[in-house]
Amino acid sequence: MSRRPYVREVPRTTWFFKHPRYMRYMAREVTCIFIGIYTVILLVGLARLSEGPAQYEGFLEALRQPGSVLFHLLALAFSLYNTFTWFNVAPKALPVQVGDEHWPDSVVSGGHYVVWVGLSLFIRFWAGVL
Amino acid sequence: MAKSNKPIIWGTFAAGGTLTAFVTPVLMVLTLLAATGHLPEMLGYDKLHAFAAGWFGKLVIFVILFLSLWSQAHRLRCTFYDFGARADTLVAITVYALAGVGSIATLVYLARL
Repeated sequence: MSRRPYVREVPRTTWFFKHPRYMRYMAREVTCIFIGIYTVILLVGLARLSEGPAQYEGFLEALRQPGSVLFHLLALAFSLYNTFTWFNVAPKALPVQVGDEHWPDSVVSGGHYVVWVGLSLFIRFWAGVL
Repeated sequence: MAKSNKPIIWGTFAAGGTLTAFVTPVLMVLTLLAATGHLPEMLGYDKLHAFAAGWFGKLVIFVILFLSLWSQAHRLRCTFYDFGARADTLVAITVYALAGVGSIATLVYLARL
């Protein structure tokens, strides 16, 4: 004879519409679709770069398609959302304890934001854009 | 001690999540500029090829692509489950295999530069 524990019915595919918190969770999860596709685009760019100037020029040409611009805008929005969520949980993931005290959450996530802005400016500068 | 692949997979997720949080937005800005016809100097063939042909450039490119692939594969696995596709073993094998193929492809292309 088996025990029959109570199992709460949860709709498999629509559960996250039930609460804004679940929606925010899913928004963060789907960032992986955009960042994943973008990573494949970078990989294709690397492949074309290794094949020669004409092939790489073809890759840049493909980047200039209207669909590519639209994808970049969407992907950038999701990617920024991923960055914000990542930095905002950083105090939980990397608590910094000095003596008996923990650094305040704002210091830990604030530090991430400062490093992020600095690094982004540095990469832009390196790429010749400022 | 119980054996599990979790620390390895989760390690790449943590490292890759941090990396994508820090550098993916600015990379997207650079390729968005290229997409709108304002090609950043560094993304021209000669300069980018020179960068990617050096050992430091190869290392940077490999780390970015490797960690992005594995961290996003792991999150994609969870996302499939969240959307109701609960054949986790099949999904896991597929996404990690894709990340593996992408990693090997990265090495092959870098070796050809």
